[in-house]
Amino acid sequence: MSYPLSDKAAVLARIREALRLPAHPPSHDNHAPATPPALPGKEEIGRWLPAVGAGYEEQVALFARQAAALKADFVRLPSLDAVPPRLAELARAEGWPADGIAAHPGEHSAELVEKAGFRPFLAVPGYDRAKLEACAVSVTACEALVAQTGSILVTARESGGRALTILPPHHIVVATAAQLVPDLPAAFAQLRRTYGDTFPSLISFITGPSRTGDIERILVLGAHGPKKLTILFVG
Amino acid sequence: MTGIEKLFRRDVRGTTADTPRRTFIRHALSGYFAKRYSLQDAYADWQAARTTASAIKFDAVNRLDTHLETFAKRAEARGTKVFFASTGAQARDYVLALCREKGVRSVVKAKTMTGEEIHLNEALEKEGYGVVESDLGEYIVQLRKEHPYHFVFPCMHLKRGEIRETFEKALGAANVPSDEPEALTMVARRVLRQEFLKADLGISGGNFLVAETGQVSITENEGNARLTCALPRIHVALVGIEKVVPRFEDLALFLPMLGTAGAGQALTGYNTLYGGPRQPGETDGPEEFHVILLDNHRTRLLADPEQRDALHCIRCGACLNVCPIFKNIGGHAYGTTYQGPIGSVITPHLRGLQDWKHLSGASSLCGACTETCPVKINLHHHLLQNRRNAVRERGVWWERLLFQGFGLYASHAALWRLGSRLAVPGLKIHARFSGAWFDPARLWTKTRTLPRPPERTFRQLWAERQKQKFPRS
Repeated sequence: MSYPLSDKAAVLARIREALRLPAHPPSHDNHAPATPPALPGKEEIGRWLPAVGAGYEEQVALFARQAAALKADFVRLPSLDAVPPRLAELARAEGWPADGIAAHPGEHSAELVEKAGFRPFLAVPGYDRAKLEACAVSVTACEALVAQTGSILVTARESGGRALTILPPHHIVVATAAQLVPDLPAAFAQLRRTYGDTFPSLISFITGPSRTGDIERILVLGAHGPKKLTILFVG
Repeated sequence: MTGIEKLFRRDVRGTTADTPRRTFIRHALSGYFAKRYSLQDAYADWQAARTTASAIKFDAVNRLDTHLETFAKRAEARGTKVFFASTGAQARDYVLALCREKGVRSVVKAKTMTGEEIHLNEALEKEGYGVVESDLGEYIVQLRKEHPYHFVFPCMHLKRGEIRETFEKALGAANVPSDEPEALTMVARRVLRQEFLKADLGISGGNFLVAETGQVSITENEGNARLTCALPRIHVALVGIEKVVPRFEDLALFLPMLGTAGAGQALTGYNTLYGGPRQPGETDGPEEFHVILLDNHRTRLLADPEQRDALHCIRCGACLNVCPIFKNIGGHAYGTTYQGPIGSVITPHLRGLQDWKHLSGASSLCGACTETCPVKINLHHHLLQNRRNAVRERGVWWERLLFQGFGLYASHAALWRLGSRLAVPGLKIHARFSGAWFDPARLWTKTRTLPRPPERTFRQLWAERQKQKFPRS
């Protein structure tokens, strides 16, 4: 038994046949033009979204408010040196097992865990999945923080692959001042600047801990991913 | 009346009489409304955002061939395998062939309505593959052997006690400590975590296809799609061809609008772009990534220039939430994969006009759906157009006769005068047996009380007023 052949030619032919008649332009709105709309410019996209203040402190405050509303923990620290003691403190408070801290190689992840006095479980190619699943916490870097929505932007390149940011029940993200962007269009622009058009195979906006409202529309955290999300913000 | 319509009428009689369930649905949606409208108000200009989103989708859908070709080229350049399926059967066969060739034993699924549409689970199970739905709501309806009640909130109709019973039956009473939503969710988390770890194949849907980059964007809250696309060695995304957006940056608008309109969230928990299988230098991820682009009669809708904008739909489900019909008849009564106003509009195109035209009739045409739609689909007008098209295609002789008669009556003043004079005593006589079994208007009058019959016609009333105002001296 082999694979069926892709029906690309037939699908595209049907589409072209269907598009021979031009679509009726949108008209149910009295203000809408009767001509077909042009593709809006990219710069227009961000204009209608919720406004974000221009100042840095304003944006930090907005991110902190959004994080609180999402039930994520936002911790502002003065320098990167303050991160390891904070990790050690969290480890004591939450009782992380010494071999239950997952991280990826890098300055904002494994190095900080080591400075806190632990030997991290490293998410590197070929890692033992069962061991990662057994970890209590993961500490990762990120690409950006989005003030507008309180989101953390992670990628497979920057944050230790695909599973590290979703599998352990507590995800700790380390971010610096320079990584805070005002809004979603800025986050997309930054991805473009960083990667051109060779993007990592996973780009994810994480907005709060994993959540569900499937039972009676009542919010429950930790449906499948992390039950807790902590943002250690250096800046 | 077709068999499908008879079934619909029967189901609706049952669900509309179930007042406690209707109250429960309204209550469940109340939180959504409060959050959605306050979020929408926080936009610099929500109406302009809708217009922009609609214009982007207009471009996407009206240049669909170009965008899909670009998508396929870009995706393939990153090692993604792109399969175009004309029909549901082709898509199912492709997944089954993949399972056989790759020695797949178990399958985990993230929520995909296209999967529901083509009955993918049934096909996989028939061939002996275990399939587990991982979205909590989908998992619950799968255990109950039901279909989703709402394509965004699949088990919104169920109360915690019913969910507890479902879990007890499937997993054993000892594993279900209470009926608290928190406890029930944790039961599912434990069970499904094991499924994620053992699955060879992860199947997801897709909310957007980014043409210029070849990425599939998936919006979710639970993280189950993230796991589905991270752990199994093969990932298949099954996506309708209309889900295209032209540019990467377009998502900066669509992701927040989908969250706001769909769930009352500024952005849902996880919005993830998948641009291929694990790339060289990456830590983990599937060895293979397949994208199935599904037509399954979407091109029929595309061929209708009047209703083409129904393909702009981003499946947020907002039109269901505001729909008085949905809230009263419930999601199951539709008998469709896509419920609510959008389902009533597109199902006749996907599955046949004559079989599904009754859904377009089951509407008060209040227009709440059109108003709430984040991409400005002209939903309630499309319901009218479906009614018109159904009659045009296959008219009903007595309806035509009736309207011809009315036309004659309304265009001749003498006939009109005579008719309205006769109506005064006629209505009085009718009032004596209104709603009785032999009342010809019983379909209308059995649940309604008509106003007291008038003493005079409008023309008589008018003449009297004129006489009072301008008495002849």
